[in-house]
Amino acid sequence: MKPKVLEVKNLRTTFRSNKKSFNAVDEISFHINEGETLGIVGESGCGKSVTSLSIMGLIKPPGEVNGDQVTFQDMDLLSLNKRKMRKIRGNQISMIFQEPMTSLNPVYRIGDQIGESIRIHEKVKGTKLKKRVVDLLKLVGIPRPEEIYANYPHQLSGGMSQRVMIAIAMACNPDLIIADEPTTALDVTIQAQILELMKSIQEERGMSIMLITHDLGVVSEVCDRMLVMYAGKIVESGIVEDVLKNPQHPYTKGLLDSLPKKGVDKERLNYIPGQVPSPLNWGVGCRFADRCSHAMVKCHEQIPSLIEIGNEQQAACWLVEEGGELDDVSKGKDTTSIRS
Amino acid sequence: MSVKEKTQPLLEVNNLKMHFPINKGIFSKQVGAVKAVDGVSFTVNKGETLGIVGESGCGKSTTARVIIRLLEATGGSVKLEGHELTNLNPKKMRELRKDIQMVFQDPFASLNPRWTVQRTLMEPMKVYGIGNKSERKRKVGELLNQVGLDESYAKRHAHEFSGGQRQRIGIARALVLNPKLIIADEPVSALDISVQSQVINLMQDMQQEYDLTYLFITHDLSVVEHIADKIAVMYLGKIVELADKEKIFDNPLHPYTEALISAAPEVNALEKKERIVLGGDVPSPANPPNGCPFHTRCHKAMDICKQEVPEFKEISDGQLTACHLY
Repeated sequence: MKPKVLEVKNLRTTFRSNKKSFNAVDEISFHINEGETLGIVGESGCGKSVTSLSIMGLIKPPGEVNGDQVTFQDMDLLSLNKRKMRKIRGNQISMIFQEPMTSLNPVYRIGDQIGESIRIHEKVKGTKLKKRVVDLLKLVGIPRPEEIYANYPHQLSGGMSQRVMIAIAMACNPDLIIADEPTTALDVTIQAQILELMKSIQEERGMSIMLITHDLGVVSEVCDRMLVMYAGKIVESGIVEDVLKNPQHPYTKGLLDSLPKKGVDKERLNYIPGQVPSPLNWGVGCRFADRCSHAMVKCHEQIPSLIEIGNEQQAACWLVEEGGELDDVSKGKDTTSIRS
Repeated sequence: MSVKEKTQPLLEVNNLKMHFPINKGIFSKQVGAVKAVDGVSFTVNKGETLGIVGESGCGKSTTARVIIRLLEATGGSVKLEGHELTNLNPKKMRELRKDIQMVFQDPFASLNPRWTVQRTLMEPMKVYGIGNKSERKRKVGELLNQVGLDESYAKRHAHEFSGGQRQRIGIARALVLNPKLIIADEPVSALDISVQSQVINLMQDMQQEYDLTYLFITHDLSVVEHIADKIAVMYLGKIVELADKEKIFDNPLHPYTEALISAAPEVNALEKKERIVLGGDVPSPANPPNGCPFHTRCHKAMDICKQEVPEFKEISDGQLTACHLY
């Protein structure tokens, strides 16, 4: 088995408002192997972005990161002080954000923004630095790199800016890249280009990628393993093919069933009734219970934990634990009957 | 719906153009134009759904805005049930707009945050002087029920709802005046998958119930494959292919349609398809390339593509495309 690059144990991120507090990420554990792409899937508000920010140490008060351990190369990231964390960020772990247009600083030239982390972490200067940056621009497939070096972000298109973001992330040859919805803001043909690029760089450099997305299609095409998150918890994890072909958790199955299918002309789409619960009323039971057609009494009373199904696949569901069968979770009922 | 009903054209768009002038200098001399929509023609029959797909900046939203005259067309004609819309005076246009309603993309930005749902839904009726106050209130209740919301929600404000619920309100608002045509501009793009399918189902139910015609604008091919009868693929202000959805997906003629279909990531990874990855970016509509607008990225480009604009013509039964290959 390949060594683990990152291991997260019982990570918990709490946000406090006036009187109330809730765990946006609630005791989740997972790991990423060397050279692997891990996909984290879930709908808005499930805690997938908070997970990545917590690992990077970018959660600001009133948010608070607790948890047992986040181990990265024998270091516990949770116990590092600010100065040490800054040495890792952008150097060994880097991030790619969703909106390339707003993530770049509009008043600095492209070349300076890419070179910044090399200058800070590796103390390279002058023509040497420029050469490194131009090489990076070439790596991410930007035409006329010498010219683009001196351009400002507004002169680039969305796809080009995302390539620049990838170049920034790649600048110090990181061991792990966290990509938070890297292609969501892009058009499909550009998305295809960027995903292809990320794959080829990974093959060349061998870094691990943690890819956060809501698009199951993207996960299916680029990831090795995946986690499905719902309301701050991991509900299912496993090798992408296994999870997508043989989902064990009713939520995963519901998500897959909701997608419009190619070539199948059906009058109605399947759906998951109801909506994601607010973090303030998650209750004590399984957080999916209210929307689940398989919910039992136990589901409303006790929260299930992840159990091993075999071949690295895990699911957190009482039904799985009791060996029950999943049939059609989301039969299209009359829409008018949905009340929240 | 029978086949007969569908053959009646409801909306006819002919050679529609929308050019935005580019002005420079202190006298604002016009130095060029952004050809956002450049000669678009299509017909939508009654009870039918036409899907318009394309990437950002291809002019799909602008087309919608020109049809409903939120923008004044530079040229061409738009006919609703045979009546020309582009030359109507504002008063008459306002009357006709009752028949065309819009559902917008962003459910967070398209509802007035200071109004209750009831006021939002009553406003169109007030503008057109329909019913008295109690009748309007009753209608609001009915509509809310129909779109799957509780009547008691009428007193709430937009911020109290989730994205999916807001989009339901947006749909209810479009239905208030019993329109004939609904233009939906990316109505589900901002929603999560599980909610997205709820809203698509609702739109299909409403279509059957009220015999609506949809112009459905989206960038998501799987959504459009599900909901549309016919599909128009746009690129750089022009329609490059127009046909029944089966034909578009089974036998795409235009290389761009082909690339677009192959680029969409699929969950069903059983059969890894040969992907056509297009090089480069979409050129700027202010300075489109000569010849076929797609030739700069086309994997099948020939010499003629660089010089001559291909004609948009029928290739086989009901399948139109603009490409020199045919």
